[in-house]
Amino acid sequence: MARTLLDPTSERTVAERARLPRPTSVDGLTVGLLDISKPRGDVFLDRLEQRLVEHGASVKRYRKPTFSKPAPADLRHEIAVECQLVIEALAD
Amino acid sequence: MTTANSSAAPALPDGLVVVVKRDCETCRTIAPALADVAAKRGDLTVLTQDDPQFPDTPTPLFDEDLAFSWHHDIETVPTLIVADGGVERERTIGWQREVWQRLTGIDDLGADLPPMRPGCGSKSVDPDLVDALRARFGGSILSARRIEVADAEDEIEMMYTRGWSDGLPVVPPTEARVLAMLEGTARAPDEIVAVIPPDLAPATVEKVAIAAVMAGCRPEYLPWVLTAVEAACTDEFNMHGLLATTMPVGPVLICSGPGTRAIGMNSGGNALGQGNRANSTIGRALQLVVRNVGGGRPGEIDRATHGSPGKVGFCFAENDAESPYGRLAGEHGIADGVDAITLFAGEGTRCVVDQISRHPDSLARSMAAALVSLHHPKLIMAFDAVLVMGPEHARVFAGWDRAAIVDAINEHLTRSGSALVRGADGIEEGLPEAFADAPSLPKFRDGGLMLTYAGGGAGLFSEIIGGWVNDEVGSKPVTRAVSY
Repeated sequence: MARTLLDPTSERTVAERARLPRPTSVDGLTVGLLDISKPRGDVFLDRLEQRLVEHGASVKRYRKPTFSKPAPADLRHEIAVECQLVIEALAD
Repeated sequence: MTTANSSAAPALPDGLVVVVKRDCETCRTIAPALADVAAKRGDLTVLTQDDPQFPDTPTPLFDEDLAFSWHHDIETVPTLIVADGGVERERTIGWQREVWQRLTGIDDLGADLPPMRPGCGSKSVDPDLVDALRARFGGSILSARRIEVADAEDEIEMMYTRGWSDGLPVVPPTEARVLAMLEGTARAPDEIVAVIPPDLAPATVEKVAIAAVMAGCRPEYLPWVLTAVEAACTDEFNMHGLLATTMPVGPVLICSGPGTRAIGMNSGGNALGQGNRANSTIGRALQLVVRNVGGGRPGEIDRATHGSPGKVGFCFAENDAESPYGRLAGEHGIADGVDAITLFAGEGTRCVVDQISRHPDSLARSMAAALVSLHHPKLIMAFDAVLVMGPEHARVFAGWDRAAIVDAINEHLTRSGSALVRGADGIEEGLPEAFADAPSLPKFRDGGLMLTYAGGGAGLFSEIIGGWVNDEVGSKPVTRAVSY
């Protein structure tokens, strides 16, 4: 007789979403730079900001309260509303 | 009677209903009385559990699958039930002549039988059968997806293939085992215990029970597992960050209270080691919930550089019954006598050896010397630690309370900022230069050095369990009373 086991997982199906096409240029776009609060992440992001501005992008800076927790929902929403692109710095 | 696999309760016939089995001496003794009732009343139904030929008169119904006995909570045979309109009005168990006479309305019933005989256990509560019966008749309370294992398939291998294992074999979570596990709590199977990171998937009591079965828990451990899951999935404890971090840390469960002894936890010799079922499986069950419900797996969201053996499951009991300075949960506000778990985001253990000190100040200095290098001698305040003091070390501090011991150790853990800044001692790691002028900096934040008491037998040793990044940035220890 076949044995029956109970599924220990969350039984969720994974939603797959296609990535947006990469823009050919950042000129005129707003780019969000998210600092996750790791030491020296700002050094990396400062340099990125400089390069992006040189290429005609406007930059907005954001910061997670701590690197160890997911970004708060409000912050994610704010970035989604204000920016067309986002770069998250995982530097240490 | 009803066929197997039905969870619907068989209807209760109106009139008198008696459940018997031939294997019961009292049932055989009262067989003449059953014949007498059948002759004098037309509304007697007899159900037999083991032999369809017993009794001879009246002809019984055969409760072969024990559905009637299960659903009508027959614990003893014989049981006499008076029913009216499908509803039970009264019942008696065993043979009590006067009660049977009153319920049947037959004044001289069983006049030649003994006045009283205790009954026997109903087959439906036979320990060898009860798990299968619970699965057959109680399975509908479980909502997890059923997965059939093919005849030729090895179930242990199948669970490995599906990624359900932490690397060690897991116990197959059958309906019977999960239902038996759920007997360990009064909470409903569909109650949400917590939202489990990283997928933020809700875990029901049932899903936690499945993980507990797989980990090897007994049902009486389940309240501890449920409490640990609740404590882990709080914003303060930050299970998400603990999972995602590159540091070698996981949830460390420090249990205390009389319940630890009731479920046979080890707080004595080898308390932090192998060989005790409760110690070994409760912490593992929490990690299996995170893995299977939350989707937290090494190489995916779990980014640990090295990990540690404790990440399979790290759980031990404090010997609070014999502790000379109380227990950690007491320091965290739990009243005496209340079972509790402290969850600490910690790494593996490291031994403090001092076999010579016989004076508290000397031993406090030894402890401090061992603790100062936690994670890095020049990094301070950012990490907590649990000190698991062994009984022979604790004896050196006889008469001291926990605050005095911790203060004495901390006293030898302060250093000047100039010794800790980057570059000091030729070591580039260290505090920012801004701390250079601080005259005295502590190794631990307030409450960051947590004292516990466990271990046993000979040995002038203690153990250090180092913590992950503490407080708002990382994890705060969370202490919860066990909810049953």
